[in-house]
Amino acid sequence: MMKVVEKYHAITVDKDKCTGCTHCMKSCPTEAIRIRGGVAKINADRCVDCGNCLRACPVDAFYVEQDSLEQLNKYKYRVVLFPSVMIGQFPEIYTEGKIYEALQKLGFTHIFEVEQPIGLLIDAIKQEVQKSPRKPMISSFCPAIVRLIQSRYPSLVDNIVPVKAPHDLAACHAIELLAKQGVKREEIGTFYVSPCSAKMAAVKRPLGEEVSAVDGLIKMSDLYNHIMRVIEKEEKTDTAPLRKNLTLDGILWSLPRGEARHFRRNSMAVDGIHNVVKILERMENDEVPVLDFLELKSCHQGCAGGILLTGNRFLTVERLQKRSKRYPHASSIDVSAVSCLGIKNKMKADPIEPSYVFALDPDRLKALEKMQKVDRILCQLPGIDCGSCGAPNCHALAEDMVQGQAKMTDCIFLQNRYLNEKKINIEKATKNLEKAWGKNRFDADCNRRGGRNEGF
Amino acid sequence: MKLEFDIASGDFSKAGRASSRIKKMLKQLQVDPKVIKRIVVAIYEAEVNVVAHSVGGKMLAEIDGTGIRVIVQDNGPGIEDIEKAMQEGYSTASKAVRNMGFGAGMGLPNINRNTDEFTIESELGVGTVLTFRNNF
Repeated sequence: MMKVVEKYHAITVDKDKCTGCTHCMKSCPTEAIRIRGGVAKINADRCVDCGNCLRACPVDAFYVEQDSLEQLNKYKYRVVLFPSVMIGQFPEIYTEGKIYEALQKLGFTHIFEVEQPIGLLIDAIKQEVQKSPRKPMISSFCPAIVRLIQSRYPSLVDNIVPVKAPHDLAACHAIELLAKQGVKREEIGTFYVSPCSAKMAAVKRPLGEEVSAVDGLIKMSDLYNHIMRVIEKEEKTDTAPLRKNLTLDGILWSLPRGEARHFRRNSMAVDGIHNVVKILERMENDEVPVLDFLELKSCHQGCAGGILLTGNRFLTVERLQKRSKRYPHASSIDVSAVSCLGIKNKMKADPIEPSYVFALDPDRLKALEKMQKVDRILCQLPGIDCGSCGAPNCHALAEDMVQGQAKMTDCIFLQNRYLNEKKINIEKATKNLEKAWGKNRFDADCNRRGGRNEGF
Repeated sequence: MKLEFDIASGDFSKAGRASSRIKKMLKQLQVDPKVIKRIVVAIYEAEVNVVAHSVGGKMLAEIDGTGIRVIVQDNGPGIEDIEKAMQEGYSTASKAVRNMGFGAGMGLPNINRNTDEFTIESELGVGTVLTFRNNF
């Protein structure tokens, strides 16, 4: 029996804001979005939480749920866990010391950058890669990519390194360190600061784990605002000891080649989910050279391009590279001294199961029938992928049709033909369009958003 | 379900079209990923062979509930010694083709290895026909 775990998704559509402009539908790498009743609707089985829809949306209709900072009051010890990339969004005048002080001012008692135990992770990944007969092994760092492989590239799930990502380990690491000081678990509140929607979902519902070690999730963009509100011009205390376990390798980890560099030339790094798709297609055909390690990140410039970051991704990379030079290499730090042994046992991730969400039907003969039907329908469709039917392209519409989720008359071209052939009347045709686009969508509106360049 | 693809001689940039289209379809049929991988490798090799060695040809694929059957036929020049061509590492590819990273030999044996049934017929001056099948 397969364990059925309800899928959790970080991204939700605000129906009042959405105008059904189709920008998101066109940018989705898994064709998970349709327009119904004038607003975007996400298919939860297909969505990998990559955040491309948030990026494309001109009216901020997509949102990511988070926990409020007021929750901090519930706990005696309040731990903030943030990826190092967060420091990179702040202009140079805001030193890391000032940012740490601001976090303390916001009420956090303990501050951890999640890449602190990176030395352990590097060793574990190297071991797994060496052990595996499959090559190349794919990084498990980016949760959007792991989900993408699960659904679109099931033949490659065994190539994913079965080691957890820093965000999985950070909370365990922090809780263990506090436990050493005699603090009880229920006194600790752990708050993870997420750079993207994919990590938001992954932390809330970790693959293969029953309960998350994280008590609260905060969007990095929100924490940025909170910090900017309280940050001071001068540093008052020395917060450097809090960063004594931080390393160059940890700071670079989430940037392009941050992981791959540990495998030198036997590795390749690809960023941007559409680029990743192209590489995975080739890898499935054995067209990728024999490498040890493949680093794949959903966002351009890695987490510096995370959807919940503020500021320019290239400037963020530049600042982090500069910052990293002030820190020692992970190899020069004795990991066993900074980390507890318990975390070592938590390093290994459960095997990742494929999920066949793109199959037309679980019954192969029925699937074959549907596929033939798709082909026949495609002969009728215009092939210009206009999106007016509420599906991202003609092929997707044809697939929706064989699944009983759309009709021939949803296509405005076919509708026009049927009108000419007097197969339907104009009232029926209008009703059809209103089903996809909602009432009043065909009235003039000078305040309408969603024009060219608005989503970028 | 039947599919047909024309394969032009010398157009390496388009080799892989048939295999990626078929791959997408087999995924929608929820065929075992391991089986898909084998068939895709075989089809890609066959495509490259037609592009690299022949004057052009076509590929016919037929998918039913139990498996996929592929026929690849080209219009010449035909293989002189099939036994030799089936040996690992044997190649008659020109230097230009090898410089593009193709023609290292292994094409035909690789197809044989990745299919459940495989036959090859060739006549000099007429052409070569590969027929192979993979069961789901």
